[in-house]
Amino acid sequence: MPTRAGRDASLRPLPWRRMAWVTWRQHRLTVAGVVAVFGVAAVYLLITGFQMHQAYAAVTACRPAGSDVCQQVANNFLGAYAPGVGVTAGLLQVIPALIGAFAGAPVLARELETGTFRYAWTQGFGRARWTVAKLVPLAIAVTVAAGAFSVLVSWYMQPIFGAGDNNGPLYPTQFDLLGVALAAWTLAAFAIGVLAGVLIRRVIPAIFATLAVWAGLAFVTGLFLRSHYNAPVVDSNPTIPAGAWVINQGWFRGGNPASLDMINQTLGRVDVQAVTPEVFSPGPSTPVNFDPVEYLIQHGYTQLTTLQPASRFWPFQWIEGCWLLALSLILIAAAVWLVRRRAA
Amino acid sequence: MNVVESNGLGKRYGNTWALRDCTLAIPAGHVAALVGPNGAGKTTLLNLTVGLATRTTGVVTVLGGMPAGSPAALDGIAFVAQDTPLYKNISAADLLHMTRNLNRRFDERYAKARLGDLDIPLERRAGKMSGGQQAQLALTLALARRPQLLVLDEPMAMLDPLARHDFMATVMTAIADDGVSVLLSSHVLAELERVADYLVLLSGGSVQIAGEVDDLLACHRVLTGPAAEAGEYIKRLNVVHVRRGEAQAHLLVRTNGTTEPVPSGWEAHPVSLEELTLAYMRDPAAAALPGPARAVVQPLEVRN
Repeated sequence: MPTRAGRDASLRPLPWRRMAWVTWRQHRLTVAGVVAVFGVAAVYLLITGFQMHQAYAAVTACRPAGSDVCQQVANNFLGAYAPGVGVTAGLLQVIPALIGAFAGAPVLARELETGTFRYAWTQGFGRARWTVAKLVPLAIAVTVAAGAFSVLVSWYMQPIFGAGDNNGPLYPTQFDLLGVALAAWTLAAFAIGVLAGVLIRRVIPAIFATLAVWAGLAFVTGLFLRSHYNAPVVDSNPTIPAGAWVINQGWFRGGNPASLDMINQTLGRVDVQAVTPEVFSPGPSTPVNFDPVEYLIQHGYTQLTTLQPASRFWPFQWIEGCWLLALSLILIAAAVWLVRRRAA
Repeated sequence: MNVVESNGLGKRYGNTWALRDCTLAIPAGHVAALVGPNGAGKTTLLNLTVGLATRTTGVVTVLGGMPAGSPAALDGIAFVAQDTPLYKNISAADLLHMTRNLNRRFDERYAKARLGDLDIPLERRAGKMSGGQQAQLALTLALARRPQLLVLDEPMAMLDPLARHDFMATVMTAIADDGVSVLLSSHVLAELERVADYLVLLSGGSVQIAGEVDDLLACHRVLTGPAAEAGEYIKRLNVVHVRRGEAQAHLLVRTNGTTEPVPSGWEAHPVSLEELTLAYMRDPAAAALPGPARAVVQPLEVRN
């Protein structure tokens, strides 16, 4: 029988490293799942990426650079590969959501749902420290995995940006796969999942709640929030600078927005129909090599483009990375706090 | 030392008081049974004791004055929850290793020896075990922590009679070997009679009676006699509960230890723990009965 002398009130907490094996044993399948998701995606990116880089070699080898011939080579390359990359980027968007839902949400929800928290929280380690010792390593693991993966995504997409695709790195479905954003979004999704798990206390509803909250946050950020990290630039030059993120574009005349009817009235004289303010369809009597944009500008119209220039990519990455990191820390702290005070 | 001590302890969930004004002092060295009907607050009291729930009012301390849920309290108390929740996909060996990592003390040799005696293979996952084996595994994990107090919430509810017997045998061996104090809640009154030497009866969220079983039994007896005369006794004696038949009535009487002579036509029997518990459970107001009993029953800790 051990002595009772060590059982006074000034008990020193058990060392953190005691939880390392416990966390690993309980969540090794989760870790394997995360590695598998990133692994499968990485293999796909490597295979298709090598093909794309080989094709891109022809674009970089083209001389003289910037000539019409080389532009054509680049456009052919984009025509062949850009749609596929766009689809891939769209699919990769779900990776943070999957990790939040399947790695984050069950961590505490499963304990609460199956009742095993009654075992875990009555051991000598203490429930608040137990929670921290689980969440922190898992959060770091998914963040690091996502960070490493986004390096691969940057390599994968580089030819598309290099060839001058209309959708630069700031474009919403690409921005959050690059730089620090993918790691930050993955961490945020994980934290959303963890907190949803503590609040809902059931695995499946917590998974759906995580997906819904993540989707809402990603949607609002991409559509409304991100374009305001810095006041957008309004440019009247019809040639959009390379890699810029066009937020919107419109025709103005005499300081007021020009309606489609007004534009069609002007273009009707040369038998051009404006389907939208950006898409024009020439008629039989339209002059050869007619440039409708040039024509409208000559007739007193101004095309104003609201955009975020490519140079803002990294500042925006850090802004998004920082607030997502702050949000994640708050959510995880809230989860620990709830575990601490939540009655069984 | 009192293993559990509470004063005015209350716990409210939403608008409902699960436990109310609970004042208790369970001394060390007992097997204390917590009984009461469903919803009486047994699990709530146990959760407060092991630090899973936080109190709404009052105080609860454990192991001689330590706040429930404090590191020292967690260290000295092992808890086996209702339905013995274990990680289903983790093997017995890994659960031992896990529990060892989570606690200051863990007697791995004891745990392995016990599982060996019980024929529970170490590599078997908890989810693949029978209910009895899971309960034994959970109990072994708890006892291997060498706790001062072992808390069991309905440990026998899901077990067949044989598994029940084996489970309690493990508990009783630990008591004999280590002197661990035990607090357990149960519906199985017959089982408690064999093991419990301290009784806490909860009813409607409050303590109805609490005390050492021997004292409680010594203070009560059953009088059996003609039903026609029962009314007279009910007026005169401190009757906890009356069971009337066609001809005969059985009165459970609180005697305060004084042995009044039995009137002619009546017989007196000692009461069993099961009878006593059932009688009080049937009559939640019994402890508040008027009469001389209340002034004298010091060891009973009768509560209103």
